[in-house]
Amino acid sequence: MDINQKLAILADAAKYDASCASSGTDKRDSSRGKGIGSTEGMGICHSYAPDGRCISLLKILLTNHCQYDCLYCVNRASSNVPRARFRVEEVVSLTLDFYRRNYIEGLFLSSGIVKSPDFTMEQVVEVARVLREEHDFRGYIHLKTIPDASEDLLQRAGRYADRLSINVELPTEQGLQQLAPEKNGVAIQRSMGRLKIHIDDAKEARKAASAAPIRVIPGAASRPARPPRFAPAGQSTQMIVGADGSDDRSILRSSANLYNRFRMRRVYYSAFSPIPDASQALPLKSPPLVREHRLYQADWLMRFYGFGHEEIVDDGTGLLRLDVDPKLAWALAHPERFPVDLNMAPRELLLRVPGLGVESVGKLLQARRLRRIRADDLRQMKLPIRKLLPFVVADGHRPRSEVGDHLLARPGASLLDAAASASPAIPPVQMGLF
Amino acid sequence: MKRVTLQGPVDISGFRREARALVGAGVPPDQVRWSTDSAPADLFGDPEADDDSVVPAAPEGVRDLFDAVVPAVSSGAAATDQRSARFSVPASFLNLCTSVLLHSEPQRFDLMYRLLWRLRSSPDSWQDRLDPERRRADQMAREVRRAIHKMHAFVRFFPVADADGERYLAWFEPDHFVEEAAAPFFARRFANMRWAILTPRCSLSWDGQAIHTGPAGRREDVPPMDAGAELWLTYYRSIFNPARLKVSMMEKEMPRRYWANLPEAALIEPLIAQAQGRTEDMLASGATVPRKIRPMKRPGPATPDR
Repeated sequence: MDINQKLAILADAAKYDASCASSGTDKRDSSRGKGIGSTEGMGICHSYAPDGRCISLLKILLTNHCQYDCLYCVNRASSNVPRARFRVEEVVSLTLDFYRRNYIEGLFLSSGIVKSPDFTMEQVVEVARVLREEHDFRGYIHLKTIPDASEDLLQRAGRYADRLSINVELPTEQGLQQLAPEKNGVAIQRSMGRLKIHIDDAKEARKAASAAPIRVIPGAASRPARPPRFAPAGQSTQMIVGADGSDDRSILRSSANLYNRFRMRRVYYSAFSPIPDASQALPLKSPPLVREHRLYQADWLMRFYGFGHEEIVDDGTGLLRLDVDPKLAWALAHPERFPVDLNMAPRELLLRVPGLGVESVGKLLQARRLRRIRADDLRQMKLPIRKLLPFVVADGHRPRSEVGDHLLARPGASLLDAAASASPAIPPVQMGLF
Repeated sequence: MKRVTLQGPVDISGFRREARALVGAGVPPDQVRWSTDSAPADLFGDPEADDDSVVPAAPEGVRDLFDAVVPAVSSGAAATDQRSARFSVPASFLNLCTSVLLHSEPQRFDLMYRLLWRLRSSPDSWQDRLDPERRRADQMAREVRRAIHKMHAFVRFFPVADADGERYLAWFEPDHFVEEAAAPFFARRFANMRWAILTPRCSLSWDGQAIHTGPAGRREDVPPMDAGAELWLTYYRSIFNPARLKVSMMEKEMPRRYWANLPEAALIEPLIAQAQGRTEDMLASGATVPRKIRPMKRPGPATPDR
């Protein structure tokens, strides 16, 4: 099998991993090195596929042979998809070649489990080692970590990688038992916990080392080397949405838990998508893309807008509304908190107003120190006016009637019409061509 | 009416030098007309309205232009006089300046001179980011930063063998005048490679030591396709998930005007055309008979040798 065929199979096998981030690692370049590469904090998307997803890394599997039989996975042992396997040097030269041509920021390497978790992890780590040590590669490396791999291998992976990730796959332990019988939720969490400790320790040690004063004493020993790095871009994980019966409330509860306990940089949500040669045990249908989008919006509210996971999902159904975004849904369900006075309200409250983002809140706060905010300013800032105005008070504007009167009516009436029509009316129907 | 001609579209230091002299001489914004020697400022202007008094270049000593320091608190007439001699601006103004002046908008110099003039008369208003002119400048700076970012992302190098080994060549057509501003990124990343980026306005090349700016390049000087690029096309084709087609998102982040120089862009139309069929096939084909599998031996918790 030639390299082109292998690449086709092993990239195809990797595309169900949503993450392609190349941001958040330490800053470095190759100006004083022998090799190649740089990372500058902000990631770069070098291309976009027609699915709208960023292509930042060469995202491939080392092999798609796998002994696990996770039902949602295209590479499960019982699947009839064609199999292939890269040699270590093939991945290394492919990565370097793509990098030199400025196609990618680096490598995202994952693998099916062959022989044993340790055997597989060893191969994955070896690719990263050759790139870093033999080619002085200073670009981005993301390694998928196998939860059952040994402590020593985790340590080595962290030394070479910018980011490590272990997928939780399903939001509940029950779902995991049902669909991924070989995976063990407790072991996954244990490994995440170990990674967190290593990441924190390395960060701490490097901070302490760079804080120590530089002393030059003739004849004295030179300054000790900086402590080794360990995954400076932290860890991330992915959850599959729509393969088991979990509702949005339990999904958000698990991700809040993952953010708090393991300090995840990101939790990715991947709508379960039809795969070639799917398992009989799963419903074959189009991926719930709007639901996935709403989960990302809810995730954003937890991380940047000060929302708790328990207040985002409406109590009755356990599901996020598909017709309006979760912030607007929250505002409509809490009329007693509105209208918010743009000239008086603290930052936390401004962040809760539908139509205001972190950046526009910053601008309003800055301008407020000099003068009063007028309704016209909001228009000039090109904010979504129809969504915003029912919830705010500014000079020259006050919502037409008591917000509460409108909102206490059943959802779907009056104010909702005004506010919801400002957001594109996406009927909860999936997938059309254009 | 004063007329200032800058040397080329990215003459930031020239703008700073001239603007400093004009502010020092108390020339208000509506009395200055900015142009670059490549593009006349007012094609349709009345030539007699100009008195053609080109502002003389400032002496060598003031080349450092405005100093990026926070203006010292001063009071009294004497201090005001002093301020016209040594006029300093906040660092945020200089940052904005270095981005906005790379924009293709011909009015960019007038806009920044107006902002500079206002900064001097009412320093506080600079903090008001909702002010229309400030917002216009912020918007232009954002567009320029985006153009730089997209150049970092979308330049595609092709290796070409020459007498000294391998050289990487790229043809690129950026938005705005960002070529020189985007180049240092490639020098940091590809420090040990020899490379050149050719554009319709200039060419930038790196020999391992320094970036050299040369005359405009030609598209024909860069090879169109090779085997390595074919692998990239294979990757692009395979990483796309036809069940999640979202063309608008792709076009927002990778606008069509960049497609001509992206080898993978030729695949976009056919991939979109086939997507629905491929998805329907996956849904319709249903499950096959599972492959037989051997159960895996899992390492027990008490394996002694680990």
